[in-house]
Amino acid sequence: MQILLKGGRVVDPAAGRDGVADVLIDGAVVANIGTDLPADGARVVPVPAGCVVCPGFIDMHVHLREPGQEHKETIATGAAAAVAGGFTGVACMPNTNPVNDQAGITESILAKANAAGQARVYPIGAVSRGSKGEQLADLAELQAAGCVAVSDDGHPVADALLMRRALEYAASFGMLVIDHCEDPSLIGGVAHEGYHATALGLRGLPAVAEELIVERDVTLSGLTGAPVHVAHMSARGSLRAVRSGKARGIKVTCEVTPHHFILTDEALQGYDTNVKMNPPLREAADRDAMLEGLADGSIDVIATDHAPHHYDEKAVEFDQAPFGITGLETAVSLSLDRLVHREVVSLSRLVELYSTNPARILGVAGGTLAPGGAADVTVLAPDAPTIVDVARMRSKGKNTPFGGWELRGCVAATIVGGQMLYVNDAVGEAAVFTSGGG
Amino acid sequence: MSTDARATAAVNDAGAQGAVPRTTLRSRHLISIDDLDSEEITLILDTAEAMKEIESRPIKKVPALRGKTVVNLFYEPSTRTRTSFEIAEKRLSADSLNVAATGSSVAKGETLLDTARNLEAMAPDMIVLRHAASGAPHQLARASRASVINAGDGTHEHPTQALLDGFTIRARKGRIAGLKVAIVGDLLHSRVLRSNVLLLRALGAEICVCGPPTLMPPGIEQFGVRATTRIDEAAEGADVIMMLRIQRERMQGHFVPSLREYFNVYGLTAERVERAKPDVIIMHPGPMNRGVEIASEVADGPYSVMLDQVANGVAVRMAVLYLLAGNPDDV
Repeated sequence: MQILLKGGRVVDPAAGRDGVADVLIDGAVVANIGTDLPADGARVVPVPAGCVVCPGFIDMHVHLREPGQEHKETIATGAAAAVAGGFTGVACMPNTNPVNDQAGITESILAKANAAGQARVYPIGAVSRGSKGEQLADLAELQAAGCVAVSDDGHPVADALLMRRALEYAASFGMLVIDHCEDPSLIGGVAHEGYHATALGLRGLPAVAEELIVERDVTLSGLTGAPVHVAHMSARGSLRAVRSGKARGIKVTCEVTPHHFILTDEALQGYDTNVKMNPPLREAADRDAMLEGLADGSIDVIATDHAPHHYDEKAVEFDQAPFGITGLETAVSLSLDRLVHREVVSLSRLVELYSTNPARILGVAGGTLAPGGAADVTVLAPDAPTIVDVARMRSKGKNTPFGGWELRGCVAATIVGGQMLYVNDAVGEAAVFTSGGG
Repeated sequence: MSTDARATAAVNDAGAQGAVPRTTLRSRHLISIDDLDSEEITLILDTAEAMKEIESRPIKKVPALRGKTVVNLFYEPSTRTRTSFEIAEKRLSADSLNVAATGSSVAKGETLLDTARNLEAMAPDMIVLRHAASGAPHQLARASRASVINAGDGTHEHPTQALLDGFTIRARKGRIAGLKVAIVGDLLHSRVLRSNVLLLRALGAEICVCGPPTLMPPGIEQFGVRATTRIDEAAEGADVIMMLRIQRERMQGHFVPSLREYFNVYGLTAERVERAKPDVIIMHPGPMNRGVEIASEVADGPYSVMLDQVANGVAVRMAVLYLLAGNPDDV
């Protein structure tokens, strides 16, 4: 069956496109893009006024918790949350139980994702067996099974020799290493080391723990020529290291989460465990540096580090609560409100951060709308007012500090492989998506 | 503006002019010294003076909290603070009971909030909480109809300790404003430090904090204190020297090389006391490590007011309990 998305503004920086165009979808792929395309029997879906058609958004850093922690999230609920948040694809970190360090686990994740039929799921394998940082996992086998990158996320690759070997080895077959940058000898805290942690009596996590490992990884990437990706960057010194690496031609890329470019450690007051995450919320100068990096292009990607936890796990003392907050269903609205409407980045740049760049860095399909390519489409309603409603979220995790926030901009619809998997009823005229219009 | 808010504003205005001093506290909890303005701190200290008088009576008991139930919920071992609260409660005729972390459902893995809900079901009027996690009393207060009194939470605050310290200083010096106070020791891990800085700053003292750079809390200058790593500098001209305990396990995080070296560099010796004002008072929240942060000759010497601190603790806690119970009548 053919669908013609009629008359929306199409923003696709990879194709150099930003203007009104029609998108013809034939089955699971894009058949044509152009102005005034004839219907030719296709179902015509007029894009609601003010909505923007983009290549599918990809969140390259999520935790789907399956296998092993299904009380927090499952692949099915996480992938459903993804489409509700405008993501047509997500890359899931291997810190499950057991760790995704073997082909069999990768295959099982892919089978469950396939059965769920929601967002595409791109497994990330472990760098080391059990993510223990001792011995390399079978990286080529993980790639053959479907892993798009490797990471020991949740933990850093602490040992510099192991990191060096992982970079050298993985690069030989084009596999990216993503590092959770944190020097394990400098941690043990629960909040950013600074004035607010001092005032609240919380043990500090110093920014330097991240900055040191980012510096190291940039240096090792330079040595090996292998690409390295810095996960959830939070400290201004890390950004300085990435910028300096990029200026020297080193293949380093990085991502930032919405909470790190919006919130600061001031939010710790009141000890809400939904502001406890790792890396922690940093101080205003760090938050401002993240906004600068997004604006000037030094930051490549926005990723959520979606980390769902069960209510009971977070309803404890701050010290004892697990790190992490959800992000899939809040990221796009937060980004439209705080980045686009406040003129930190253009809409086109936002699409690069959410689609073009993650697709390119991971080496997965998508990132652009091209004839013959997968019909993965994110439709935004950049001006629609929205209120973050935790009760309506599809993720099992309700652990977000953004509940009740009033924002401008939201996802209008999400199309994966030609299937309209999410339509936001709250967007005026969005009903045309479901009814089909003409 | 609500009636309450208007009433509060009126009291504030009047208080600023010194016409009608405050007679009640705004919050029903005491979690942080930050919950109190300087007038409220003064009200507590003044009320404690009245409580002190009760101690001199042959029958040290008044009916102020008769019929009120106070639960002392202690998740950390404490002799001094718990005993002090317990005596204060009994002198005010409250029905008080102690729930210790061992020997209760706490040991069976029940969460703080569930324990609180269960206690709540028995309708106590106040809960005095000691907990190893910073912020635990905030969480309890959100879930509780009872007044929550923080008896020490992690490395956050210990407000009644600061109040009794303030009381002791005021009793000895007649004032707090303008005094030079040195606070010396393991600043990073001290809840006593945080509460005292907030209280003494609110009342106009000039504070110098001193400790090893490894135990200096990040951002401490933002509290309006001077920070130094030299004890001689901190002691110079001080009206008050407050020593903080250093725990023996601090060797593990590479904070200090040894207790011996700690004493050599940061210990309060008679020689160092010489640098202070001639009428300096030496304080310690206890329990102290003799020969580690303080020399015995100083701890037992003429400037030491440590036992005053303990004695005043009861009166100050009586004042806090009394004011939070919101009963302005019969003492």
